[in-house]
Amino acid sequence: MNSVVKNSPAGLKGHIQIHDLAKRYRDKDGNPVNVIENCSVDFPPGMLNVVMGQSGCGKSTLAYLLAGYMKPDQGYIELDGRRIGNPGSDRIMVFQETALWPWMTVTENVIFGPLVRNEISRAEAKIKAEELLERFGLIDFKDKYPNQLSGGMKRRAEIAQALINSPDVMILDEPFRGLDVMTRELLQEYYLQLFEETRLTTLFITSELEEALFLADRIYVMEEAPNNIREVIEIDLPRPRTIEVTTTRRYLELKQKMMEFLYAGIDEPI
Amino acid sequence: MSNTATDINQTTEQTGVGHLSVQHVGKVYDPGGANVVALDDCSLEIPAGEFIAVVGPSGCGKSTLLNIMAGFDSLTSGSVLLDDEPLATLNGSLQPGPDRVVVFQNGALFPWKTVLQNVVYGLLVQKQMSEQAANEKGMDLLARTGNLDRIAHSYPGQLSSGMQRRVEILRALINNPKILLLDEPFRAMDTVSKTTMHRHLLDIYDQYHKTVFFITHDLDEAIFLADTVVVMTTRPGTIKLRLDVDLPRPRTRETVLSERFLELKQQAVSAVHEEAKKAFERGERELA
Amino acid sequence: MSGNPDSTPLVRLPSRLRGIRWRGAVSVIAFFALWHFAVIVEFSGFAELPTPIQTLTAFFADYIANPDYWSSWVVSFERVFYGFIIAQILGIPLGLLFGTSPKFRDLFFPVFELLRPIPPLAWVPISILFWPTNESSIVFITFVGAFFVIVINIYDGVGSIKNEHIWLARSLGASRMSIFRRIMLPSVIPSIAVGMTLGIAITWNVVIAAEMIASDSGLGRMTWEGYVSSTPEVVLIGMISIGLAGYLSSLIVDWVERRMMPWTETG
Repeated sequence: MNSVVKNSPAGLKGHIQIHDLAKRYRDKDGNPVNVIENCSVDFPPGMLNVVMGQSGCGKSTLAYLLAGYMKPDQGYIELDGRRIGNPGSDRIMVFQETALWPWMTVTENVIFGPLVRNEISRAEAKIKAEELLERFGLIDFKDKYPNQLSGGMKRRAEIAQALINSPDVMILDEPFRGLDVMTRELLQEYYLQLFEETRLTTLFITSELEEALFLADRIYVMEEAPNNIREVIEIDLPRPRTIEVTTTRRYLELKQKMMEFLYAGIDEPI
Repeated sequence: MSNTATDINQTTEQTGVGHLSVQHVGKVYDPGGANVVALDDCSLEIPAGEFIAVVGPSGCGKSTLLNIMAGFDSLTSGSVLLDDEPLATLNGSLQPGPDRVVVFQNGALFPWKTVLQNVVYGLLVQKQMSEQAANEKGMDLLARTGNLDRIAHSYPGQLSSGMQRRVEILRALINNPKILLLDEPFRAMDTVSKTTMHRHLLDIYDQYHKTVFFITHDLDEAIFLADTVVVMTTRPGTIKLRLDVDLPRPRTRETVLSERFLELKQQAVSAVHEEAKKAFERGERELA
Repeated sequence: MSGNPDSTPLVRLPSRLRGIRWRGAVSVIAFFALWHFAVIVEFSGFAELPTPIQTLTAFFADYIANPDYWSSWVVSFERVFYGFIIAQILGIPLGLLFGTSPKFRDLFFPVFELLRPIPPLAWVPISILFWPTNESSIVFITFVGAFFVIVINIYDGVGSIKNEHIWLARSLGASRMSIFRRIMLPSVIPSIAVGMTLGIAITWNVVIAAEMIASDSGLGRMTWEGYVSSTPEVVLIGMISIGLAGYLSSLIVDWVERRMMPWTETG
């Protein structure tokens, strides 16, 4: 693990600074719609930052802008002091739907990054890949195709596929959505362990409150433009965390507090 | 003997109806010769009017158990008795009925009928009374349960999912069932809508005191709502743990923060998690 | 569900025999029996038809050992094969161009769309006028049948490539050429497969009719001649042969497709 993921506590990488960001779409009638407007946010390095919000609030757009798949209409994003532009391996995203290439085996998927950048030889890449797959419990599946894996296994493979490139930031967009509750919880624990070992700066998007509370150092509550980032809440649950943390009083207090923030003043609509 | 003639207003405390006895129930599927043991020797006593929540890892057989109780599936061993009469038999000859109505996860209201038409559907299908009488009963029930008479003529598509769920529960309730079976009814809802639904469900429970059999994955929900929480093991499913939820009613926001709630949650979490891990590992081994 | 009370059988067969689909077999036998019966009692149009037995007898007597019969097979197959292959060779690059180059698409797609609605058989007269030999005019028809289908499917396939597949490759640092070769092309293979499956069915439909109209050889011609010479057994033999030939072709295409996409076999 140490060979692929940076973990120096002193010089933590992955400091994301968002300056006055704006992004517009055109709706069906061609009118411009502001998805993100005047958005300025600081995501400190080495933290598991969770972003929550209703659909349409712009959280996926923020992720795409950070990853470089879209360009902002205004403002800019800095990563460790450098302005980001095109997509790059310093910040890698895991999407809601699996992006594993179905015509490649798991190993071929994982080694794609280092090979396509001509960084190391094929043999070296395979060794690194196998280390990661071993760690993720997927070593028996290294020559299988993605459609032979369960949903939870695909997600783990994608995390390995990202990590082999030693990114400074991991962006996860509702990665465990659609998985059954059991798999979800186990994957959450998985990712937590990973994070706590390496302090790899993470931007984690979710709409599940319990998932957010379990994982986060901070929860950023987003809503529709113009007031994109409404609230930032510190989640002071101790680390390392296991599933038992959900049975502590502090967890349940935070859960009630979060529900108030998220749904302040919403009456039951008809 | 059908119980549907009695008025929904008679609570189970008066009639003592809805005592469920699950005795050594087993269910074996036999797809192409490979024995799949879904349930193994499940035994459970549910007194009349009790709210019981069943939790457990995916594939543990909780839905199978519910389906057997509802009459959608048959058992292969053991028996289930409702008020000392057999509910499910080996040859599966008993059909689903209005004495034990099910509310499922995904909205099952008829989209082409209004709320009122949906609610009275069961009454009309059983030909117990005239349409006018049924409509009166329906409006009465809607009015008494959270003033829902105001949406009686709306269509399900015009309602929020929370409203739809409430209507579904009333549609089940109007048949005066002996037991109410709910299979993860609030699963697709966000946390806050769920909390609102809990309040509504508990209001209905306090009012009509039906025996409730409630399946969920959400442990907070299970402990908050129920009198008893049952944890099932992974396949083959059997009863792993039975927790007596001795929290006072009515349940409130403060209940969730009480010491006793936390204790119960700890017990439930460790039991479920243990089973979930086993299931997970077995699942992956099966794939390899 | 095995617990379903309705599925308890009236007669319990020994487990070895239970695997055979009795219901299906019975209905097939009944089909032939009814046909035979209808012919014998001369029930309306059936009076003109042979019985299944007559058809079978004719086949074994005059056809199974007859080299002319089998050369009809070969001739039809060749026409399908050539038309189909040429359609793939020309159609795949065209579909890719339409899908990846907006300029190319703006220039040439309207012409393509103008020609596409014309059914392949409607091309027969012009094909006969245009092409020097009978053979080439028939192969042209089968080509037309498969061509438009493959182009449209690939064009569609390029459009449905998941964004995430491309985005991830970009994040990982792949060049445009790498993305085209290693991501786009493999993504499009399933669409090629669909185009092939649809295309082979269309070519068979088309070749039979084209032969009936414009040729003196092939299975279609044979069938037609059976009609013209008032030997309906030949018509039926022709129909069954064509059905078998088409089925065989789709088996071959399926086999090729499975080889093209090894990753779709579930482990």
